[in-house]
Order: sequence, then structure tokens, then C-alpha cells
Amino acid sequence: MASSIDDLKSAIKEALPDLDMVIAWTAGPDPLSHTPLFITDEADIERIAWDPRCSQNLAGYLTGLRGKKVGVVAKGCDARSIVELLQEKLIDREDVTIFGLHCTGAVDARTTRKALGSSRGVEDVAIDGATARFTVAGEAKTLPLGETLQQKCFTCTGADAEVCDHFIGEHGLPPQVGERPASTLEELEAMSMEERLHFWEDQMTRCIRCYACRSACPLCVCQDHCAAQSREPHWVDQTDHPREKLMFQAIHALHTAGRCTECGECERACPMGLPIMTLKQALNRSIQDLFDYRAGTDPDQAPPLFEFREEEKNIKEREW
Amino acid sequence: MSVNEGKELRIIGFLCNWCSYAGADTAGVGRFAQPTDLRIVRLPCTGRINPLFIVRAFMNGADGVLVSGCHPRDCHYSEGNFYARRRLEVLKALLPVLGVDPGRFEYTWVSASEGQRWRSVVTSFTEQVHALGPMPGFKSGTSLDMCLCHMDQNQVL
Repeated sequence: MASSIDDLKSAIKEALPDLDMVIAWTAGPDPLSHTPLFITDEADIERIAWDPRCSQNLAGYLTGLRGKKVGVVAKGCDARSIVELLQEKLIDREDVTIFGLHCTGAVDARTTRKALGSSRGVEDVAIDGATARFTVAGEAKTLPLGETLQQKCFTCTGADAEVCDHFIGEHGLPPQVGERPASTLEELEAMSMEERLHFWEDQMTRCIRCYACRSACPLCVCQDHCAAQSREPHWVDQTDHPREKLMFQAIHALHTAGRCTECGECERACPMGLPIMTLKQALNRSIQDLFDYRAGTDPDQAPPLFEFREEEKNIKEREW
Repeated sequence: MSVNEGKELRIIGFLCNWCSYAGADTAGVGRFAQPTDLRIVRLPCTGRINPLFIVRAFMNGADGVLVSGCHPRDCHYSEGNFYARRRLEVLKALLPVLGVDPGRFEYTWVSASEGQRWRSVVTSFTEQVHALGPMPGFKSGTSLDMCLCHMDQNQVL
């Protein structure tokens, strides 16, 4: 990965004069997750970081910067978010320069902190094969990928940014996770309907309604016009009843149905660690079955709920 | 007369103004006996349906939701029910993950002249929901329970 960061820096250096800004990652206050870096000056390029701690999806900033010439560094999943934004004409292809990378997996700061005992003093993270190597205060530690990667990496459908202007480094396979913990969706499938409802009630009791999931979502572009805050119609009320919080999650899931690329930002941003991507995964799975469609793969396709067929091949309607 | 007299459940029906609402009326005019659990909400078109209507209905304590509109290609607005079909089909994936039994929600097409068909749809859907019983609520209750609870408190005060 050392060579690809140098290639990345030189590619950005070359492109920067024609761009207003390039968005990349840099080391932040948290030793297990890097923060975004907004490069407008050549001197900032030296601060770029690129390793498995670059988990944030930078595509979310693009809609707010529409009209400017912006460069953005993207992993496989981030690039799919960008494709989705292009499909919906929320950003313009000619204004965006994508620096695509091959991702070996992004660490989940929360689970990794737990697995390592502490995040203090983490200096270096590298993933090679099925293990993640950490340098913690000069001492080397390893963890299996199943204990450190984000949920989304376990179901990664392509670690390379497929749609990009500059591909940096070498193409490769998604992270080879040996043993992974069961996903919430798999856990739910083992439960009865009533248990599922109570599972969500328990989870949502912890929700603090901060809407970080919405703010982090690259597809949530309505800003001040969010249905969750509209009074007419009044979709969710102000109480902290778990039902209202679950209703908000249903709104988020249904509004991103057919568009969500499972970039995992909602779950990563959640301060309470709620498994909210589960709802989106379930919808995506059904959309794949019904419409043979995966969001974020082809910039020229339209999301399935934006159109219809008179004869739906895979919809089996109930006969009464 | 109610088929399930004395043990009604709360079933919400979202009916299209042009076909199913008229179809239900035809069934009424034809004096076909049918269960009375269904509360009808009349809509301009099934394309008006936001899947969130259905989620909200379940969250507020509905035991079942039935959506009915014009047969495909018979839509008054040409394509409303085609969009609805895709959305409602996608919604079917969300409900069981949230803990709502998929049998509590159905969508179908009934035209204005199909009073007989309307009766059989309502009867079999009501039976299906009755087989599942009342919708399990949150441990902390439904909003209806909460309102009633507040009312009780106010009366005490």
C-alpha cells in the first residue's frame, strides 16, 4: 500500500491545478479512523493518509459542492455511491474527478477498539490476506479480519472503484474474511416475527434521535425538507418512543430503497452502534431478486423504483 | 352482519377511487355479506400510496393492511398501479424484517364491476389476518394505548 499512496499523491498533485478542491483522508484525532481532508493547496497533499482506517465515504460531500470542480478519492463502495449520485443527476460527471483505489477492507473503529482493548497508540494498520496487522505503541498485534472489519466489508461486492478517472495501485479481490460474525439480518431470520419486533424495540430504545445516520448518508440529499421533520404530513412525532424511531428508520430505508449501495455510513456514524443497515440490506436483497438490479454499478441505468415494466418478470402476484 | 362478530380486528384498506372503491360499493349494492373488519381509506389511485402509509398503519396498531386498485393496464392515470406494484412488492421485504408478519399485508386488483371478487378478497384476507391474530404490540404499547393511558391519568387528576 506504500506505493499506492505515493501514486495517489502524485496523481492528485497533477490534477489539483484544474480543480477547486480534492477530498481525501488524513489522520484525525481518533487513531482508528481517519478524517476527511479538503485539499485546496498543494502543501496539503503531503498530509494524505491511505490505509484501512480510511473508512468514511467521501461521496457524501459531493452534492454540497455541486457546481465546483471537485476531485474525490474513492474505495470500491465509495465509487458505487458516486455512481448512484450520477444516476440520479445529483452531481455532474464532468465536474467530478474520481481517484479510484483498491480497498483491502476498512476497520470498524468500535469493534477494533474492543478487540485491541484500547485504541490508544495505534500507529499503523495494514491488512494482508486474512489478518489485520496493527502497530500499537511500537508493538505489533494481529487480528483476524472477522473481528476488525466493518459489517459492509463482509459482503463486499467489489473492492475496486470501477467507475473512475484515475485508478491508482493494482486491482484486487474483496477482503478474504475467514470467519465472520453473523450479521443482524441472519440473526433476525432465526427469530419469530414477535421477537423481531421486540428486537427492534430494544435497539430503538437506545437510539438518541441524533439523525447522524441521515446526515452521514450520501443519498440523503433533502436536507431541510426531510420527511422526518415535516409537519404536513406528520410522519414522526417528537416523542422518544421506540416506535417513532423505528418509523424514522423505515422512512430512511424506504427512501433509499433501490438506491442504497450499502456503503455502511449510517451504521458507522451511529453513536449508539445500532444495526440499522440491516433494513437496507433486506430491501437490497429483495430488489436484486425482483429487478435483477444492484445500485451503483452503471451510471446510465435508472433506479428500479423510478420506472416500471408492464409485465414484471419476477413479481408473483397473489391469486385470490 | 359481521362474519366475525364480536372479535373484529383492525384492518385498513387503501382503495383506489376508480376501481376498487367502486368495486366495494358494487359488493355493497349487491348485498353480499362480507366481514366488517376492514376500514376503508379512499385514494385517488394506488400510485398515491406511499409504502410508509402501510408502515405507519402497522406502527399505530393495525392488524392488517390491504391495498387494492385497478387491474394493470386499467389505471385511470395509465401507470399509477405499475409504480405501486413495484413499491408494494419492495415493501414486502421490509415488513418481515421489522417484525410484521408478511401475511398481514396484501395488495390486489379489483375492478368496479367485480363485486363478487371484492367479497372473496375481503373475506379471505380477513380470515388470513384472523388466523394470525392481533398484531403483537411493542412492550411499551401502541400510540393508541398511550393516548388512553394519558386520558386515564388526566381523569385521575
